[in-house]
Amino acid sequence: MTQDGSGPAILVEGLVKSFGEVRALRGIDLSVPHGTVLGVLGPNGAGKTTAVRILTTLLRPDAGRALVEGHDVVREAAAVRRSIGLSGQSAAIQEELTGRENLEIIGRLYHLSWPHARSRAAELLKQFDLLDAADRAAKNFSGGMQRRLDLAASLVGQPQVLFLDEPTTGLDPRSRLGMWDIIRSLAAGGTTLLLTTQYLDEADELADEIVVIDRGLVIATGTAEELKGRVGGDVVEFTVPDRSRVADAVTAIGKVGEGEPNVDAETGVVGVGVGGRGSEALIEVVRGLDGAGVETRGLALRRPSLDDVFLALTGHAAEETEETGGRRGRASKKRASKNRASKKDAGRAAS
Amino acid sequence: MTAVAAESGAPAAPSLPSSPGPLVRARWAVSDTLTITRRNLLVWLRVPAFLVFTVVQPVMFVLLFRYVFGGAIPVPGEYVDFLIPGILVQTAAFATFGTAIALAQELKKGVIDRLRSMPMARSAVLAGRLVADTGRMLVTILIVTGVGYAVGFRFDNGVLPAILMIVLATVFGLAICCISAYTGLAIGDEESVQAFGLIWIFPITFLSSAFVPIPTMPGWLQAFANNQPVTYVIDTMRALARGGPVEASLWKSIAWLAGIFVVFLPLAVRAYRRAS
Repeated sequence: MTQDGSGPAILVEGLVKSFGEVRALRGIDLSVPHGTVLGVLGPNGAGKTTAVRILTTLLRPDAGRALVEGHDVVREAAAVRRSIGLSGQSAAIQEELTGRENLEIIGRLYHLSWPHARSRAAELLKQFDLLDAADRAAKNFSGGMQRRLDLAASLVGQPQVLFLDEPTTGLDPRSRLGMWDIIRSLAAGGTTLLLTTQYLDEADELADEIVVIDRGLVIATGTAEELKGRVGGDVVEFTVPDRSRVADAVTAIGKVGEGEPNVDAETGVVGVGVGGRGSEALIEVVRGLDGAGVETRGLALRRPSLDDVFLALTGHAAEETEETGGRRGRASKKRASKNRASKKDAGRAAS
Repeated sequence: MTAVAAESGAPAAPSLPSSPGPLVRARWAVSDTLTITRRNLLVWLRVPAFLVFTVVQPVMFVLLFRYVFGGAIPVPGEYVDFLIPGILVQTAAFATFGTAIALAQELKKGVIDRLRSMPMARSAVLAGRLVADTGRMLVTILIVTGVGYAVGFRFDNGVLPAILMIVLATVFGLAICCISAYTGLAIGDEESVQAFGLIWIFPITFLSSAFVPIPTMPGWLQAFANNQPVTYVIDTMRALARGGPVEASLWKSIAWLAGIFVVFLPLAVRAYRRAS
């Protein structure tokens, strides 16, 4: 599918970028095969957006190189721009114009003829379920509709490689699921996708391969399964409805787990790592709890979540790195406020 | 949603030519600029508030100075003849607030990022902005001139000088537009851009010969007002409209405007390239 028939769709080697004193990227390597989805996962300020901006020719790296469809993003920027689409963190649409006008103008800027630009716009409006609202000003669209329009705009030129920078940040849960469906169908259609996210479940849902970035460095690479494997096995988890019996429950399962059980006193959720002893451990837990006469709900054996992974890899949870959000040098002031807003939205979407 | 995958996801049918020659690129630069111009004018027509600021506000200034303040300002001849060239220049300068604000907004919303990541002519965003805003400015200038005529202003010096006066006002506006475009892209924040605009556009328009004869100002202020481009441009316009010596102030105006283009156009282009 590539122009010369070989090599990955995206290749990044030793990418370094600083903004003044701030080292946003400290030497990143990536390789994304054609037709696959790479999830770039990291907290605010990890360097995700900087990487996307370099790959989409908006920023020049200080060192290292990046190829998209075999073209160097610095020396062959024009060729790169012909093969990519970009949908950024905010809806980059002209709000005063209608959805249709937005797409037609983008089509014209891709040098489609007027009739072709019109038919392409109509096609995309239909595909993205925006036909009913097509002739209303985009400022009257819901947040989810605006993001869909923005994504449609990034597809006008039929890109081989699509960059989605936090495609669901700030969306309500329902719009978020809708966006996931769209992204899945794009991937199924053969488009190579690089998507950044701070939502661990999003990377898990959508990405073939995940790269975890923290403070400008790749700290882990692998499939979601491989990353979960790093945390070391399964977790038995259950809820104790009667909070006063939580301590009894912990005592009852004391010998089953590897290490101390993880207890959330507020919700009564108890989790314990059981390594590779899965179902055997589950039975022991049931026996122990039954013996102690502790009533539980939702007892289950689960694979560790990417939240567990992030904690294990970085020593800090993904949501607790607000201070790194401002470490972006020139762009920091603008982005810091946006980050605060998106954090709020993230909290809302998660709840 | 399966249609998405079938029709747009597949990279099977790239519709874009691979490597355009210089001639094609030149054609694209023109058509891209026209597309952006068209988009900007559409936005202007869609937002009633923009129309109010670019049309109603200047007209109110004309009426205010003609009928309220004007009687108290002694000038040689009729005040309305003194006033209209000044108002036109003020109108043109104020219109560039819109240039700076629009660019700052596009920067913030990521519109400029999207356009810069596309295979379109890089010059088109800035060029389209300047063309659209200058067109908008010309419309305003013609309206204000028309209203001026209605309240007693007259061209006494023939048709060609009258046209030259309108052209000079428009070129002046384009020059100020370049400065505003640069501030919009360099500052990149709507509110700050607006505040900064007030700091320089207000003084250069009001501390000039626009509304009052400079000799009525205190000496230190006269030194500034007598030697700044807005005064040269207004004096030239008055001479073109009413008759009188044009040359001295015309050359100074041309020199100033050329200087503004030479300095600020490259600065704006650079700010656009680096915009983030």
